[in-house]
Formats: sequence, structure tokens, C-alpha cells
Amino acid sequence: MAFYVVQFLTGLASAASLFLVASGLSIIFGVTRIVNFAHGAFYMLGAYLAFTLTERLEGALGFWGGIVAAALVVAVVGVLVEMVLLRRIYHSPELFQLLATFGLTLMVQDIVVLIWGPSDLLGRRAPGFKGAVDFFGQSVPSYDLFLIVLGPVVLGVLWLLFQRTRWGILVRAATQDRDMVAALGVNQKWLFTSVFAVGVFLAALGGALQIPRDAVHHAMDLRIIVEVFVVVVIGGLGSIIGAFVAAVLVSELNAFGILIFPKISIILVFLVMAVVLIVRPWGLFGKPEAPARRTPGLTVNPWRPWTSNERLAAVAALIVAAGLPFFGGNYALTVGSEIAIFVIFAVSLHFLMSVGGLASFGHAAYFGLGAYGVAFLAKLAGLPMIACLLLGPLLGLVGAAVFGFFAVQLSGVYFAMLTLAFAQIVWSIAFQWVAVTGGDNGILGVWPEKWAASPSHFYWLSLGIAALAVLILRIIVFSPFGFALRATRDSPLRSEAIGINGKRIQWTAFVIAGTVAGLAGALFAYLKGSVFPDNMGISLSVDALVMVLLGGVETVFGGVVGAIVYKALNIWLVSQTDWSKLVLGAFIVLIVVAFPKGIVGTLESILNRRRKSSSSNSPLLTSRIETAE
Amino acid sequence: MRNYLIGAGLAVLVAGMADAAMAQSEIKIGEINSYSLLPAFTEPYRKGWQLAVEEINASGGINGKKLVVISKDDNGKPADAQTAANELVSSENVAMLAGTFLSNIGLAVSDFANQKKVFFLAAEPLTDAITWSKGNRYTFRLRPSNYMQAAMLVEAAAKLPAKRWATIAPNYEYGQSAVAVFKKLMSEKRPDIVWVDEQWPPQGKIDAGPVVQAVAAANPEAILNVTFGADLVKLVREGNTRGLFKDRAVVSFLTGEPEYLDPLKDETPEGWIVTGYPWYAINTPEHDKFLKAYQAKFKDYPRLGSIVGYQTIKSAAAILTKANSTDPEKLIAATEDLSVPSPFGEITFRKIDHQSTLGAYVGKTALKDGKGVMVESSYKKGSDYLPSDAEIEKLRPKD
Repeated sequence: MAFYVVQFLTGLASAASLFLVASGLSIIFGVTRIVNFAHGAFYMLGAYLAFTLTERLEGALGFWGGIVAAALVVAVVGVLVEMVLLRRIYHSPELFQLLATFGLTLMVQDIVVLIWGPSDLLGRRAPGFKGAVDFFGQSVPSYDLFLIVLGPVVLGVLWLLFQRTRWGILVRAATQDRDMVAALGVNQKWLFTSVFAVGVFLAALGGALQIPRDAVHHAMDLRIIVEVFVVVVIGGLGSIIGAFVAAVLVSELNAFGILIFPKISIILVFLVMAVVLIVRPWGLFGKPEAPARRTPGLTVNPWRPWTSNERLAAVAALIVAAGLPFFGGNYALTVGSEIAIFVIFAVSLHFLMSVGGLASFGHAAYFGLGAYGVAFLAKLAGLPMIACLLLGPLLGLVGAAVFGFFAVQLSGVYFAMLTLAFAQIVWSIAFQWVAVTGGDNGILGVWPEKWAASPSHFYWLSLGIAALAVLILRIIVFSPFGFALRATRDSPLRSEAIGINGKRIQWTAFVIAGTVAGLAGALFAYLKGSVFPDNMGISLSVDALVMVLLGGVETVFGGVVGAIVYKALNIWLVSQTDWSKLVLGAFIVLIVVAFPKGIVGTLESILNRRRKSSSSNSPLLTSRIETAE
Repeated sequence: MRNYLIGAGLAVLVAGMADAAMAQSEIKIGEINSYSLLPAFTEPYRKGWQLAVEEINASGGINGKKLVVISKDDNGKPADAQTAANELVSSENVAMLAGTFLSNIGLAVSDFANQKKVFFLAAEPLTDAITWSKGNRYTFRLRPSNYMQAAMLVEAAAKLPAKRWATIAPNYEYGQSAVAVFKKLMSEKRPDIVWVDEQWPPQGKIDAGPVVQAVAAANPEAILNVTFGADLVKLVREGNTRGLFKDRAVVSFLTGEPEYLDPLKDETPEGWIVTGYPWYAINTPEHDKFLKAYQAKFKDYPRLGSIVGYQTIKSAAAILTKANSTDPEKLIAATEDLSVPSPFGEITFRKIDHQSTLGAYVGKTALKDGKGVMVESSYKKGSDYLPSDAEIEKLRPKD
């Protein structure tokens, strides 16, 4: 019996550290609607700074003072980031801020290695909490007890802050309806900055408090960030109590789960999230979001099919691209094939995000399923390459059909997180089912047949399929189905009123996007000759998201440009510099500031404005568009 | 546009001619590793091979040609490693590929080498598959494999009186196969052993408290640990606080390597049986020479990564010198049964499975001046811990 009590307490201690970080993320999202990918980076910075300070400062006061000071310093860094970077892009398309914080995360990963060196660092134990307390023959670390108390204390302080202060009232009001708060004359700038500061402080404090029990190292951020997102979503976005309950739920399920299934930790949080979201689409304590109040059709420059000149330009670009084998070497061709494959992958996600308005955080699942489909068919069934390329993506289709059915019942960030959960579940199957998938050692020897083996042939094959995929998706965008999909995106209520079955339309779009992603994955398997669980991992999903955002969500063509720019830059930087993450991150941040609507989006607005001012035949429309902007 | 194209074409041509001229006087090795993902291991590793390159060129290079190592980062992803391998082979025209740390990346590059018929010397990946079940004629491996390290540890572990054993290992191929081999060899030597618990925390994400608690509840007499890096630190801290290691024998993979032992500082648990690299306690002329040269150049002590990096390039140079060619078939012929000196004594690249006989040190952990060290350590030759040739014939596919 004592054992179970102690296991329960241990779970509570894990929950407390998770809660600190999650509460910060939840507050920031609730008010600013920013999906703060850099939250893990702030957590890590807190730990590193606390390590340095507690090593320098003596005694108990030095230790605790160092922890708090570290969190404060990181909070100041957070304020600077908010004021210099995020303030510029609050009005960018949804999720664009994710791109900026992603860039920051990349930079911080390299910066900590530059400053603190590559080795894992071991911090001091907390003075006064070094040992363990005996509980009926079981030891409970006293630091765990400290954390168990700290969690509810922080919860209580936050509750008082939100319920009893004017600032708290404003924050809650903004969480519920920030347009209304703005209309009532509250200075949003400082509200956002202060909320961001509090959120970052909590993240850094969470990191700093880890040093007595963890090693400080440069991968801490990624280790925590996904888990924290999951906790926030299970609890319900913007709900502090929800975050607390979810943290306890996840930690306790883990603590007891490993007694029965020792391998469960790897997937547990995602299973819990999937179940919770299917049963309660807004998390345990979340409330349904009010329907968006924006006026449809005005925020975006209206889309139109290509003019004949533009068609010619696209064909010319394709011909130029097809000429690469005549002057590029084998390496250039292989990189070209890889970029073409990622164009397919990015346009498939772009289709889902910009036309369907559904941002998937787990799109790599269907890419990976396509790749595994090919690997199974080629290695186990021994089918020829053409058959594999045609049939392999069907695994992506099946996956998208099953998961999409559940996912499209949700919207916004909840949709995104459910897709992430599904992707992680698929990933862990590939990772764990060693007998079939080879585990993380993957499936080797999936090389193309002779006719496609030479780099130039494979390049033409990839380029051809990419061109075809872009063309087909464009045709779908401007087909009646595409219009119905856009109607559902822009106004679910109105489109339902005119008889469009929104869920079925979205589900179909999800399946289309998943199948096209599967096609990209199938080609990728042949390009690399092997398939690994990596092909469906979170980082690939994030890459796809970055490509789409970089190109511009509110465009028809952004995914193509985003994929080319991001992939080419990534490959080139990794090959050229040891600090590729630092440079790539800085580059992304610069692009975010310079092109607040993505590369294509910003260029299009500039072109449109010019066209308008030169012809100026429709003053009414121009003014309406500008107000909307 | 046209001018630009012509210009670019000319530039490529000129660069190509310059390359051709250089190629007469130098030999290139393409090196790939997880520099950004695992700097704690790969930074000392890089220093190691840099020292080797310097020494080789100072003593006349490869049959009079200068040795150049072109190094690429793989981001910790198999797909990126293949992109890098392709660049090295297609644009840099390297004579051979070398390096890699993670098992899946080693396998990806090995498969690439097999497909493109390029010689590949795997430095670090521990998986048995790379030389056995997925072995191919183009791939050789330097470090002692999972199986060899398990066999070394089993030799010491079987002498322990403990009968109830528990295992803690990261939940991926490395951890799984380490536990599987250890269990198999151990049960062969000691049929009386029972395995009472196993814990599989996700790599890099151990929730150490519940894991320690769960293992303690099974009340084992001895524990096998396979976690390393930050996971190991968390496990040791929780285990120390909760008294998990008190009066229990612990056998642990890799923990004696300075990369993993040093971060534990004054919390290093004492008496664990580990594989590792006690650079401070090796008194052989070969190692002294290496140690002096390394410390003189970098003002730092070597980690195991330094040895691996150094010996990878030293072996590669020996292979290139003996083959006196960059033809992969000749390189393979030169490597099979080639013996080369190393800081750990002479090693041989076996013909039968392309595994080198580099060994490892096995010893016990101890605390000295607030730092973790390995004591009572002795060198175990790799050749003594491999299965019989007949067994390997069964494990390895025919070329």
C-alpha cells in the first residue's frame, strides 16, 4: 500500500513541474492566440541561467535567489522578444507567429551550446531538500515534496491574480473576447506584453527548478514542448485549472501505467489527448470558441485562376527546372529531387491549411504512411516500382480517411493537436513494432528500378509528379468542390445554411491532402532507398508547417515557394556551416519581419496594391480591402 | 539570364579543372556525424580525427598525397545523412565515407554505400545489424558492437551472486537489443537467474521518479542499466535519493565513458560494473603517445569520442595507404584482415563480418575528489567476445 501512495506522490511531483511550464503556455495562448513554440526554449534558458547563477552564488539564499533571478532575467528576454518581434506580426495570418517562435527555438538551441558548451551539466541539489523522507519503508525525495506543495501554491497565486486584480480581469476578458476588450479602450499592447512576460517567467521558473533533479542540456526544450502543448490542450486552452488537472492526470497515468505496460510512456500523453479530444472537443475545462467574427472574403485578396500569361510563366519555369540535368551534377539533381518531393508534401498541407482552413500539426503521418506503404510493397510483396508508387500512397489515404474522420469534427488548435496525436500514435507504431517495421532501424534497400535509378531520371520523375500534383490541386481549388471548401472555411454557419455538408467536404479535403502527402512519401522512400520512423516524426510535420507559413497561407501558390526556399536553404546551410540552426533560425525570423504574410503573400499584396493604384478604377473595393487589412 | 548561365557554366568548368589539379595531390575522406544533435560526443570526436589528420599529413600523408577530411553534419536524421553522403560522393568525389554515431544513421549510410558501391567505415553505431543481419561488403565498423560490450559485461556480471535481475533501458533499438543480448548471454551462463522487472523509458524523456520506484518495488538483487546521457543523470539522482542502488549490484553499458560519467560529478554511484574509457589509468606506450599529443593540441583530456574519431581516420589512412587506390573493391580487399595500431593496441578488421577487434575497458565506478572515475579496469580485446565463425555465417547474409 505504501508503495502505491509513494508512486502517487512521485506522479504529483512530476505533475508540478509540468504544470508550471504548461500554465505559462496556456496563459499566453489564451490572451494572445500565439502558439508559442519557443516556450520550451525559454524553459531551457531558465535552466541554463539558473545553473550558472547557482554555481556562482553561495549558500541557500544564493541557490533560491539564483533560481528566481534566472526566471526574471528570462522573463525580460521574453518581453524583448515580444516587443521587438511578435508585436509586428499579431495581425499576420493565424499561426504565422508559430513560425517566428520556431525560428527563435532553432537559434536558442545553437546559442546555448555556444555559451555553455556541448556537455551535459549537473546542477546543485537544493539546499534543505537533498535527502529523502521515509514513508513506511519507502523513500520520498524531499525535493519532490517541495514540488508537490509548490504546484498548488502557484495555481493558487495565479488564481488570485486572475480573480482579484484588475490585470487579471482584463486577461480573462481578453481570453474570452479580445476584440471586445480592445473596443472598450484597453491598451492591448501592454496587456499582451505583460501576459507574455508572466508566461515566460513561469516557463523559465519551471526550467530553473529542474536543475536539482535533471541534467541541463541543449535538447531540453524539445523534450518538454510537445508534452506541454498536450497538457494545455487536454486541460482546455486558456484554463489554468485545466492545465493543472491535465498535468496531474498525465503524470499519474504514466506513474501507474509503467507498472503494467513498461513501454507505455512513449505514447501515453498522446493517447490520453486523442481520447479526451474525441470525447470533449475543447479539452476538459475549455469552452467552445465563439465563431470567428471576421468578414469572409475581405481578409484575403480574392483568388483567381491564372491568366494566360501566368500560365505561360509557370510552364516556362517548369521547362527551366526540367533543364537542370543538362548543367547540374548528380548531387544537384538529387537535391532537386528532394526539393520537388517536398514541394508535393508542402502543397498537400497548403491545400488543407489555406483552402480548407485546417492547420494540421501531424501531416508527416501521411507522408510516412506513404513511405512505409512503398517499403512494405517493395520488400515484402516484391511489387515493381510503378505499382508501388501507385499503391503505396493508398496507405496514406487509408490513414487520412480514418484519422481525418475524427479530426474534422474539431477546429482550430484542437484540430491541430488531434492530428498531432494521431501522427504520434502512427509514429510510435512504426517505432515499436520492430518485427514488422524494423523499429527505428527502419526498412533498408528500397531503391528505384533501373529505369529510374539515374539521378536525372529520378529528378524528372519527381519533377513531373510534383508538377502534376500542383496542377491537380489547383484544379480542385477552382472546382465547385474547392469553392464549397472555401465557403466552409470562411463561414461555417452560412455555408451550412445553403446546404453544404461542411464536415464531409473537410473530410474529403483531408483525405486528398493525406493521399498527396503519401505520394510525396512514396517518392521519398525511393529517393533515400530506406524508410525510418523519422519520416513521420514531429520535426517533419513542423518542417511542412514552416514551409507553408513561409510561402504564405493566404495564397494559392505559397506552399511551392515556401518548400523550395526552406528546403534548399536547409540543405545548403547544413552542408556549409556548423551553426546551421542559428543561421536558419535567424533567417526565418528575418523573413517573418520582412514578409509578414509569407513570401508569396507579401509579394502578392505589393503587386495588388500597385495594380490598384495604377488603374484605380474601383475606389470602393480598394478602400474596403484596405480597411480589412 | 543567358549571360548568367554562361558565367555559371564557366565557373563550374574552372572549378572542375581546379579540382582535377588538386585531386592529383590529395585524397579526400567524407565524414558524417551528428554534430548538432549530439555535441557532447561529437565535439571530442571531431578533435580526435583532426589530430589524426594532422599526424598523418605530418608523416607524409597517404603515399605522398595529402589527406583531407570533409566533414558534414547529419542533424541526427537518416535522410539528412544520405543527402550528405550523396554530396560527399557526387560532388566532392571522396574516396570513402566514414563516421556516424546513431545506429539508424549508420544503417542508412551503410545501405547507401552498398547501393552506390562506396566504401564506408562506420565509426560509432553499436547495432549488431550493421555487421551481421544487415551487413554488406562495402561496410566496416570500428567500435565494439552491442553484442561485444554485452559479452564483456556478462563475464563480470555472471560472477555476482545476484539471482533476481531487473533492467532499465531506453525504448529504442539500441536499448532493446542491448537488453536482449545481455539476457541471452547471461541466462546461458547462469540458468538460475530470474528477470523480475523491466522498464523502458523513452529515450531522452525518462520520468525517473516513477521508474526508480517501480524497479525498487520488484526488489531485484541486481540491475542492468542501458540509459545514458541526460537520462542517466536523472536516473542516478533519483536512484541515489531513493536508495535504489544501496546494497544492489548494477551493471551498466557505456557509463564509464567520460562523456557520460563526468556529468555525474559527486553523485557518481560507486561500484557499478561498466564499460568505458579510463584515460587516466591506461599505462601503455601507444596510449601515452596519443594522450600527450591530444592534450598538447587541445589543452583538454580525451573522451571516448576522441579515441573513436582518431582511430577512424587512422584506420582509414592505413586502408588507403595499403590499397594505394581509391577503387572500392581494392579498398575492401585491403581492409579485410588488415591490422592497424591503435591507442588500445593493435586491432584487426575481420574478413568474416567486417567488424574491427577494437575492445573496451571494463571496470567499476568510484568517486575520487568529487569526480566519477573507473577503477580496477582492464582492457577486453574485442576478438575474445565475438561469437564463433559458424554462428556469424548464419547471422550475416552472403554478399
